[in-house]
Amino acid sequence: MNSYRSYIFIILGSLVLLGAAYIAHSVSSLEMENNEIPRGLNGLDLTPFRNGTVGDVTSKALDLDRYIDNYMEGTVSILPDGRTLRSFEIHAVNKEIEIAPGIFFPAWTYNGHVPGPTLRATEGERIKITFQNLGDRPHSMHFHGFHEARMDGAMLKQLVPTGGTFIYEFNADPVGVHLYHCHATPLTLHIHNGLYGFWIVDPKEGRTPARELYMMMNGFDPNFDEENEIYGVNTIAFHYQRYPIEVKQNELVRIYLGNMLEFDMINSFHIHATFFDYYPTGTQKKPRDYTDTVILGQGERGIVEVKFPYPGDFMFHGHKTEFAERGWMGTFRVLPTEEIQ
Amino acid sequence: MDGDISGASNGGDTMTVESNILTAKTITYGLIPLILLGVVIYILFREGPLAIFQTDLPPVEELHVLRHSLADDVIYLDIVNSGPDPCTLAQVMVRGAFWQHGVSPKRSLKPLEKARVTIPFPWNLGEPIEINLVSSTGLTFVYEIEVASTSPEPTAAAFGRFALLGIYVGVIPVALGIAWFPFLRRLGRKSLGFLLYFTVGLLAFLVVDAVEEGLKVAEMLPSVYHGKALLILGVVGAYLFLLGLSTRRMNKQEGATSTSAVAWLIALGIGLHNMGEGLAIGSAYVLGEFTLGALLVVGFTIHNATEGIAIVSPLLKEKVNIPFLVGLGALAGVPTILGCWIGAFTYSHLWAILFLGIGAGAIVQVMGAIVGPRSRTENLDPLNLLGLLVGFLVMYGTGLFVGAA
Repeated sequence: MNSYRSYIFIILGSLVLLGAAYIAHSVSSLEMENNEIPRGLNGLDLTPFRNGTVGDVTSKALDLDRYIDNYMEGTVSILPDGRTLRSFEIHAVNKEIEIAPGIFFPAWTYNGHVPGPTLRATEGERIKITFQNLGDRPHSMHFHGFHEARMDGAMLKQLVPTGGTFIYEFNADPVGVHLYHCHATPLTLHIHNGLYGFWIVDPKEGRTPARELYMMMNGFDPNFDEENEIYGVNTIAFHYQRYPIEVKQNELVRIYLGNMLEFDMINSFHIHATFFDYYPTGTQKKPRDYTDTVILGQGERGIVEVKFPYPGDFMFHGHKTEFAERGWMGTFRVLPTEEIQ
Repeated sequence: MDGDISGASNGGDTMTVESNILTAKTITYGLIPLILLGVVIYILFREGPLAIFQTDLPPVEELHVLRHSLADDVIYLDIVNSGPDPCTLAQVMVRGAFWQHGVSPKRSLKPLEKARVTIPFPWNLGEPIEINLVSSTGLTFVYEIEVASTSPEPTAAAFGRFALLGIYVGVIPVALGIAWFPFLRRLGRKSLGFLLYFTVGLLAFLVVDAVEEGLKVAEMLPSVYHGKALLILGVVGAYLFLLGLSTRRMNKQEGATSTSAVAWLIALGIGLHNMGEGLAIGSAYVLGEFTLGALLVVGFTIHNATEGIAIVSPLLKEKVNIPFLVGLGALAGVPTILGCWIGAFTYSHLWAILFLGIGAGAIVQVMGAIVGPRSRTENLDPLNLLGLLVGFLVMYGTGLFVGAA
């Protein structure tokens, strides 16, 4: 009887002790951590609430320094009839890129960049693009603009197989800010994965001198749920919040704006504390709007011409706040050039 | 080789078999297959057919939130890498927005490694919060805080409050049930039989209840922890352990398990079961399920009064003293307090499953101890069977108070 009872007491006793020890352990560790001031990577002070990602991109896969105003102008030669021939070399290649600090995405790219290089020519020039497919799927380049049917890069037979090369030839026409993108199916996949870029045709007489930037609004769905988790311009979430774009007070800033967002119906663009002239597709000389917010569907693009009357830091972001809080958020740093009145 | 083996056992003729086991030769023979197994596994990894699994596929990532706690404007998440491959927590999204946060000790977690995520976030009382953990490949692992509320800090006052809850739910009802003892004692032989089987019915319900709850909790645990296997381990382990104990006693005394021993076992089984109830109450509070928590408290209180009857029913023909009854009541009731504390301050699915399993196993053994020694006629007596049914139904009825739990 006694031995039996003692067994039970031993069991109970050890259970109680174990439980007590476990509680004591977790309580002590809890208290220790509660006392810490929460700090993120790079010693970021987190005490004020902050929307945004932690840390910075470390991958060198994307050339970030000149990623917003780096135009590809190709090589120029003169044709027998006197016209200018502008030649570009583009290749499709798979590349892992860092789309937000610490988040890596196996992208399909033109020349290793998402968006692809911003191609630029003057109206009327003859364009020759040597496209090489180094990816592991058939790809193509489909240009918005005037061209012959066989240059459309959209029909099944117009896709360039892995290892293949195709030369696109057409005239730079019409004036405006246009797009090029892969037209292989599934289209959503090829575009979402990164195969798109700007194609800018400047008017012969040129545009008013300005600080020129390009911003491709895009997004990524790395968890395959057909919803974007990451938004931004020119790919990296919150990049221009970490590295504000410096412009001068009252300087004319021209932004070539485009939207290649998959899955979402619309995207939008908003600048704080100033208004801008908006030229849809950049084809007309007169602005359609004088506003601070424009809405763009997929494939829509336009030119924003803006001046900042006041120096200081001003946000620009998608005015779909959900997108803004998932990365589509940046800052203009306006440097003073005049005495403040 | 064969000759050597038989030689070894021949050489040990004069010794007992046990002492023969640890000769150097025996150890060597025991080790050879192990060494060969090691070699085979090495070859398998280096050259063998495992290569077909080693492709360029992305790693299998899985991050699991073990527990959350909320303080003023801060969310804490205790997370574990529950996948087979290393996984890095790259970013955190709160209610669909990327949010700044800290991770300690580090973001890159090997399988089963744990970390604490601290998110300063201005959460509002009573609102649900959906949190996505984003891995370095952009996969998201969602966790939902159903109702945001400040988590209990492990202060003396909070310990006291949850102890009080445990006393209301576990200790007092069981003691009240035991207080029926003098009344039950005055019942006749027939009624006694009825009561014993009534007890078995009660216990049967508790087993079903514990196993059901255990399976439910096991579902919430990442598969790597094998929650169901752990539950079975608890049930079978506790059953066999207690069976072994009582069999040893029977061998010594050459009789059935003594009635007081059965009472102790019932109290132990019920105690473990009540600990599970305490866990449920404490964690309902932490998880912000206040309605559920209140229901649980009321329900378990009514429910548990019947458990006192179960404990004392084998003792009705025995001489017992008050301290003995108090001891039984304490063993059955006090673990509820412990359960409340664990549930409120350090709830873990693993522990909950283990306790629920052990409780169920202990109760099964007790049922065997009550029914086993009795004759077939007694076991099939209509009145006794009715007792069994009524016992089960009473538990079922009082269980309705517990509601959705």
